[in-house]
Amino acid sequence: MPEPLLELDGITRAFPGVLANDDISFRVGEGEIHALLGENGAGKSTLVKIIYGVLRPDAGAMTLRGKPFAPHRPSEARAEGIGMIFQHFSLFEALTVAENIALGMAPELAKGDLRGRIVEVSTRYGLRLDPDLMVGDLSVGQRQRVEIVRCLLQDPQLIIMDEPTSVLTPQEVEVLFETLRRLAGEGCSILYISHKLEEIRVLCEHATILRGGRVVATCTPGEETARSLAEMMLGESLSPPATDRRTPGEVRLRLDGLSMASDTQFGTDLDDIGLEVRSGEIVGIAGVAGNGQTLLMSALIGEIRAERREAIQLDGRPVGHLPPHGRRKAGICFVPEERLGHAAVPDMSLTENVILSARMRKNLSRNSFLNLPRAARYAGDVVARFGVKTAGVDHAARSLSGGNLQKFVVGREIMQEPSVLVASQPTWGVDAGAAAFIQEALIQLAKDGTAVLVISQDLDELFAISDRIAVIANGRLSTADPVEELTIEQIGLRMGGQVRGRPDTLGAAEPAHA
Amino acid sequence: MLRLEPRREPSRAMQVLTPVFAVVLTILAGLVLFAILGKDPFRAIWLIFFEPLTQTYALAELTVKATPLILIGAGLAMGFRAGVWNIGAEGQFVAGALAGGSVALALHETAGLWIMPLMCIAGMLGGMAWAAIPAFLRTRFNANEILTSLMLVYVAILLLSALVHGPLRDPEGLNFPESRLFSESMILPILIEGTRAHVGFILALLAIAVAWLFMERHLLGFQIKVQGQAPLAARFAGYSEKRIVWMCLLTSGALAGLAGTTEAAGPVGQLVPALPIGYGFTAIIVAFLGRLHPFGILLGGLLMALTYIGGEAAQIAMSLPSATTRVFQGMLLFFLLAMDVLVGSRVRWIPRTVHG
Ligand SMILES: Nc1ncnc2c1ncn2[C@@H]1O[C@H](COP(=O)(O)OP(=O)(O)OP(=O)(O)O)[C@@H](O)[C@H]1O
Ligand SMILES: [Mg+2]
Repeated sequence: MPEPLLELDGITRAFPGVLANDDISFRVGEGEIHALLGENGAGKSTLVKIIYGVLRPDAGAMTLRGKPFAPHRPSEARAEGIGMIFQHFSLFEALTVAENIALGMAPELAKGDLRGRIVEVSTRYGLRLDPDLMVGDLSVGQRQRVEIVRCLLQDPQLIIMDEPTSVLTPQEVEVLFETLRRLAGEGCSILYISHKLEEIRVLCEHATILRGGRVVATCTPGEETARSLAEMMLGESLSPPATDRRTPGEVRLRLDGLSMASDTQFGTDLDDIGLEVRSGEIVGIAGVAGNGQTLLMSALIGEIRAERREAIQLDGRPVGHLPPHGRRKAGICFVPEERLGHAAVPDMSLTENVILSARMRKNLSRNSFLNLPRAARYAGDVVARFGVKTAGVDHAARSLSGGNLQKFVVGREIMQEPSVLVASQPTWGVDAGAAAFIQEALIQLAKDGTAVLVISQDLDELFAISDRIAVIANGRLSTADPVEELTIEQIGLRMGGQVRGRPDTLGAAEPAHA
Repeated sequence: MLRLEPRREPSRAMQVLTPVFAVVLTILAGLVLFAILGKDPFRAIWLIFFEPLTQTYALAELTVKATPLILIGAGLAMGFRAGVWNIGAEGQFVAGALAGGSVALALHETAGLWIMPLMCIAGMLGGMAWAAIPAFLRTRFNANEILTSLMLVYVAILLLSALVHGPLRDPEGLNFPESRLFSESMILPILIEGTRAHVGFILALLAIAVAWLFMERHLLGFQIKVQGQAPLAARFAGYSEKRIVWMCLLTSGALAGLAGTTEAAGPVGQLVPALPIGYGFTAIIVAFLGRLHPFGILLGGLLMALTYIGGEAAQIAMSLPSATTRVFQGMLLFFLLAMDVLVGSRVRWIPRTVHG
């Protein structure tokens, strides 16, 4: 075992109603890539926040390089060479990449040619990043790169990553892993949280597994299977997701020549997008972050209205002119990518948060007055069916762990039984058990006749649940082809934008023209 | 050592209790302050905070002062919750007084029960019209409503002054810049004989009840809160930001206009250039003192009114400096803000032994 860099001894931390960390002890060696595993709400984020000085333990102690270590704030942890990438980003949208990076760094480090160093580090590690872009114009994936680069710029000795790859493409993940291995080789330790067990298996040398706030196992991930890791986390055995195919019915959602100029300065425009999604079918849209997914989602939700009402059709009726609630009423529900702040209001209770998007379809108001008891009941139903861990529906969305909030947001939409469901990154940040559950819920929804459109960067997921997959690159959408006829490589090529224009050759759905 | 830590979910009870703690701390600090000044501290505090509560007349005055504060505060809070910063309630107050007052002056030879409601409606429309200007500029040209509404305060005050120097001047008034005194039907009925307490206070209570229903149970109130807390989520839900901006400014304008009318048709009884004495600005403090919550605003308005009345009484009785009232209002705000930091975070005692 290498020299221990960080040692935790009996760390305990309670929140009202939950013991998030319960007597946690383990050590991270120098140059070691150490995984922290556990289902949603197991206490992983809480633990690393304690290490990074964001939270304080109620009891327990830490040592860093053999010396007592009790950071009172993140800057103290950074001064000791600890860097962290959060699950929810802490970036200012109205500032540029370079300004954001400068803000999160010690002032001495931010001096000099910061832009140059950003470009240098980001190219060295293959994390393409323009320091002059506004963060508000970046997709989630690109924002994460900002956080990673900011962290790398400070020459850390321990990097904490809370679900860093959930929004990266396979290629980007490869590059990141190269980087991490190189850093580890240089003696930098990495504490790595992820729900992607395959990644953990290939990347990490040691793993500490948490359940209900306690350490329940430690292991060497390379010697385990993803399955056995998941079972250690959950404490029960998993059944593989059902993969039987459904027979598609009528066309429910049709995009017909949907073009839209981006509302942000550096966003990608949508260019003549055509797609059909049939009842009973799951269609996936793959693509590297920043290729127009965000705008496509906005256009589908109705946050930005289409120029022609026929550009978006539901069951043959044009809906492109309808506002979001009008579209919901007509039968389309949405799960946006960013759960905190977009899909949910952080400081509002779960009850209030169901009113946000389920008011129409679940009759949560009468003559414009809210029916709070009914909303509370619906929120309770979502919590119960989707196994959301929370102390109650009157608690704020913010108090939920990342994965639990995701389950809640997805459940809120699925349980409205829409005729069309559009979901962006539906399993982002949820544990293996919950991801399987959400995927199965999507499949069940399709079986019941809903047309499901999933926008995701997770190709494994798309291949697992989709009937057809299209690729978005540079604001243009390829045809959606049956998964049986596609390979990951083909998708990868299209994602890179190598296949320009519309490869009509494989067309299962005929591309619609204006 | 002591440390502040952000809380993920500030507790409800604490949010309600902070203003109470702030008042208690203000009183404690006041005791110290008066002791240092060599005045009897307990008598001073008694005079400011408690004596007025024991006299009918002072209680009546309390409602007179609180009426405009509560009316305006209730409207402003709605906008503040949505992130619509109407700082110009004082101007809307004046515009409302002008509109309501003009109706009274135009009808001065008539009598009837219908005149008062008509004046109130005119006053609300006047305030709304004044607030519509920043609403239009914000939704159309994206102009900052803080600046536009504030600048319009001065326009309104000058307009009032110009009108009472000119067209609205009392023809029998020896050229004083004042309007005619309102006649019987144009004066708000008095609630308690022998005092100045008028029906406007009932209107203020009504406004509080309606505001509560609106903010806590009505869809529009919900939209306002979502817009203020998470604009992206409001977009996701499909709430129109423009509509919310219009609604907030018009509502707060209407309430400020109503306050202007009840002031002119209540304690003042005519239009004078000195009608605006800062209620529109003090109401901003009231709104925050009341946690932007209708019931809180009711209490906040009464408390602010109390410091006005008690402060004045104590000044006279104990020959205290004239700044007493303002010092107390300032301390109240200071402690409130300080308490807020403590509610948003929690203080933890970190024993040194953690290091070992
Ligand atoms: N500030 C807080 N207030 C109340 N409860 C909290 C707070 N922070 C965390 N919790 C609770 O503590 C538990 C652990 O949360 P934590 O965020 O550490 O989970 P996690 O393992 O990171 O989960 P995920 O994989 O879903 O991100 C959860 O039950 C969560 O609801
Ligand atoms: Mg987490």
